[in-house]
Amino acid sequence: MATNIESPFLHSLAIQFRVLHALMMRELITRYGRDNLGVLWLVGEPMIFTLGVTTLWTAAGLAHGGTGMPIVAFAVTGYSSVLMWRNAATQCSGGIEQNKPLLFHRGVLIIDVFLTRIALEIIGATSSFIALSFLFIFIGWMPVPDNLLVVMAGWFMLAWFGASLALLIGAGTAYSPIVYRLWHPTAYLLFPMSGAAFMVEWLPTKLQNLVLFLPMVHGVELLRQGYFGSVVRTHHDIGYMAECCLILMLCGLYVVREASRRVEF
Amino acid sequence: MLSVEHVSKVYETRHGPYKVFDDVSFTLERGRNLGILGRNGAGKSTMIRLISGAERPTTGRIRRGMRVSWPLAFAGAFAHNLTGLDNLKFVCRVYGIGYKPLVPFVEDFTELGMFFREPVMHYSFGMMTRLAFALSMAIEFDCFLIDEAMIVGDARFHERCHYELFQKRKDRAFILVSHDVNSIKTYCENAAVLSDGQLLSFPNVDAAYAFYLETLAQKPEAIEQWRM
Repeated sequence: MATNIESPFLHSLAIQFRVLHALMMRELITRYGRDNLGVLWLVGEPMIFTLGVTTLWTAAGLAHGGTGMPIVAFAVTGYSSVLMWRNAATQCSGGIEQNKPLLFHRGVLIIDVFLTRIALEIIGATSSFIALSFLFIFIGWMPVPDNLLVVMAGWFMLAWFGASLALLIGAGTAYSPIVYRLWHPTAYLLFPMSGAAFMVEWLPTKLQNLVLFLPMVHGVELLRQGYFGSVVRTHHDIGYMAECCLILMLCGLYVVREASRRVEF
Repeated sequence: MLSVEHVSKVYETRHGPYKVFDDVSFTLERGRNLGILGRNGAGKSTMIRLISGAERPTTGRIRRGMRVSWPLAFAGAFAHNLTGLDNLKFVCRVYGIGYKPLVPFVEDFTELGMFFREPVMHYSFGMMTRLAFALSMAIEFDCFLIDEAMIVGDARFHERCHYELFQKRKDRAFILVSHDVNSIKTYCENAAVLSDGQLLSFPNVDAAYAFYLETLAQKPEAIEQWRM
């Protein structure tokens, strides 16, 4: 236990990193075990989901609208986005209950539990997105991204939104188990409205305005703007999405702090 | 020094707020020890959880001027598909030390043999307790929190725990909670009694024991004179 007396901040940062490292290793083994693919399931699981959805959407001919939208790329960008905003919150909604005994180690706080799960979900979804994109670009089913930087910006916004939401949902479960109960149907119902399975451009104006209240829609649109370029017309206001993320994140952090007082055994 | 300052703990129940402790204060110097006696449900384990930091007091604060352990032999943090070795690695990572030098000690103490590298879901209760105790000994602490009810095992296990804790580490501080006066008489230089949300201190262990017997016989009026 080396102490850095000169800088309490660096000392705390060191503790933070070693706790996150310990939790991540533990989480990977508890979740995926050592049998068969082991930790590769972190990437494998979202890939299988995305592949399945891509197959279904292709079969259903979902990418209508007469834009000549490449269906595979549409499905991969869409479903990968869903993984980004949805899964961290789902994982964090059970985070406190499943990791409560770890709080007996004083270095482990509930925010560490959340940060671990958020990081793993982001790593998993990002690797899956990259792996699938490479695969489909290689075999020619997907075009090369038009503007990689814009794709990354959209991806970052979705990660920010997903992480903030995860903190809020995860800590909310310390207040009431109702949060856990409600999150799952909410996530399910938000999915069709999240912009994954449609382009905002395809909707009637009235519906467009409604759907654009949802922050993640802006992220998905930006991501597709980056991926398809001028082939598509996208609707996004990243300022609005950033405001939503900022508010969500601040609320999330506040609730996390309060939640750590509420954890009971 | 460990100092517990005006700590109260309230739980919400269906019948309204329930106060486990009301304004409990005490200090423990390095190298000293304290036995806490209490009947079932007096709040002994809650006290241990608060001191360990797993739970926060409702009001008041706990200052830890030394490295305080997690509750000794606490096995609740084991994930069922982690091996004994994984669990050793986990606590070592959390506390920032290397696990390799500790493997021989843990293997020797737990006597798990090949099971040390098997998932803990295949362990018996006794194996789990031995592993949990060994992990508590693997990390160096200045003050150990001991809930006697958690350390369950055969005579040999108890003997080895005794050696590790009270002989090899006799220079360390500890807090021992129990409903059984014998262990507190054997190991503690001071004793207190948890009763009706109060922590009552006594000049010596025998006085605490005498009072504890009285409370067992339900004499609440005796409490007032010993309020800390």
